[in-house]
Amino acid sequence: MPLAPAISDLEQLKNHPAVACLFAWNASAIQGVKFDRDEMTIYLDRANIREACALLKDNAGCPFNFLSDVTCVDWYPAEPRFEVVYHLLSIPNKERVRLKVRLNSSSPAVESITSVWPGANFFEREIFDLFGVRFTGHPYLRRILMPEDWEGHPLRKDYPVEGYR
Amino acid sequence: MASLTPTPVLEPGQDRTMILNMGPQHPSTHGVLRVLLEIDGETVVRLMPDIGYLHTGIEKTCEAKFYQQVVPLTDRIDYLCPMTNNLCYVLAVEKLLGLEIPPKAQWLRVLLNELTRINSHLVWLGTHAMDIGALTVFLYCFREREEVLKMFEMVSGQRMMTSYFRVGGIALEPPLGFFDRVRDFAGYFPEKVDEYENLLTGNPIWGMRTKGVAVMSAEDAIALGATGPTLRGSGVDIDLRRDMPYSSYEKFQFKVPVSQDGDVFARYMCRVQELRESCGIVRQALDGMPEGPIKADAPHVVLPDREKMKTQMESLIYHFKIITEGFAVPAGEVYQAVESPRGEMGYYIVSDGTAKPYRVHMRSACFANLQTLATMCEGHLIADVVAAIGSIDIVLGEIDR
Repeated sequence: MPLAPAISDLEQLKNHPAVACLFAWNASAIQGVKFDRDEMTIYLDRANIREACALLKDNAGCPFNFLSDVTCVDWYPAEPRFEVVYHLLSIPNKERVRLKVRLNSSSPAVESITSVWPGANFFEREIFDLFGVRFTGHPYLRRILMPEDWEGHPLRKDYPVEGYR
Repeated sequence: MASLTPTPVLEPGQDRTMILNMGPQHPSTHGVLRVLLEIDGETVVRLMPDIGYLHTGIEKTCEAKFYQQVVPLTDRIDYLCPMTNNLCYVLAVEKLLGLEIPPKAQWLRVLLNELTRINSHLVWLGTHAMDIGALTVFLYCFREREEVLKMFEMVSGQRMMTSYFRVGGIALEPPLGFFDRVRDFAGYFPEKVDEYENLLTGNPIWGMRTKGVAVMSAEDAIALGATGPTLRGSGVDIDLRRDMPYSSYEKFQFKVPVSQDGDVFARYMCRVQELRESCGIVRQALDGMPEGPIKADAPHVVLPDREKMKTQMESLIYHFKIITEGFAVPAGEVYQAVESPRGEMGYYIVSDGTAKPYRVHMRSACFANLQTLATMCEGHLIADVVAAIGSIDIVLGEIDR
């Protein structure tokens, strides 16, 4: 099965339940959409991520009620440098959607979604630990995998894979 | 509503409570998990898991490897279900590449994945029962597990770190006698599950230690990101094999055990019944095994046969190129999730169009499941913490990566 080209036209993707829900709420919060390899990605403004998650969680018809995963990608040296990636799953409808927030390297911070899903706690701590992205409103934002006194954030692209720093 | 204890550092309260360190060197924490307990007498007031003792930076290492070289690393994150991790990773890369996998390879993957699930659940059952005090079960479980490991050794040459799956198929045809051996095992294994159940399910001591212990509601389980038997034990009916099928799982018939009670016993029952269902899937895979190739027709990705490599110039060139410079994967990103014995195992892979992954993130089931521990244990006895940890079925290698 050859790869179908990615669709990034909002008009064509409006019928996806997550896009429709967010579009009806605040069209300006959506910075872009992408449908590639059967996966839906929505780029959101960083100010809106927590509200968007809360909205999708209680979305009538297709509630994205389960937070599968939160992670981060470092696009160093490009700007905006960080992409925080949220994977939501709708347990009743068996649908997935990916939300993305782009962050600049000058102040990599985004609102925590632990108030929507307490399960985001460990995932956000891991991102804080390994990428140095801060989550405002997180109840316990400390290193989780690396030692408390570790310097640097190992999964950043400017951190070497081996050898001394 | 569940909430993870938002306390900066556990400090002893007025006079009543004290802090107890459980682990990292504690036999019932299954590796190196440290649990900070604030206790009031025998009662747990607050609980906080402390992880990271096994952190080896596998995600970072992956970024410096070719796509195929990552497969052995995926074994090592969860040493009890290597094939499940292999499968999840190769499915993700195949999705990035847009590869079609021949049916025989898909069925073999299903067969091996269910054997892996049996292997993992047997280790869980043995150690979980041993934690609670039923020592005999451990020996019974490891007797059958040994048989599964021997089958893994037959196909891959390794008992635990199998690395048997390849991007585009599987490494080799299974050797002669493999299917007979699996069929033999699948024939007598249900009786063995009866044996374990005779020892535990109706046992009043087992019941007292597990029923009504470490209860978690469905809402809490979903909010905290629990998956797998930990979620199904709380009455949420989701199994990715059935609901979002991959690798031909839609062609198999099996039941998804769900229990409404949400306690240790419920999670125990879910997993024990999964043992039987997995055995059923293994039998179906044996009966319906299709004929045909075991590797996709993609010479730029899949290594050629040794025979062809020695006789055909083109195959030799492909072999040389794949080994020395890997294969380029079109830019993009995928999230592929499979139902591992512990829950939703997900790989999020970002490709920038080169031969090495730009980012590999492993969504580990235990990592999220571990967050439920505080909800399960706070307000209950210390002795039940051991039962609760066992019932989540954690593997620290997967949590810390």
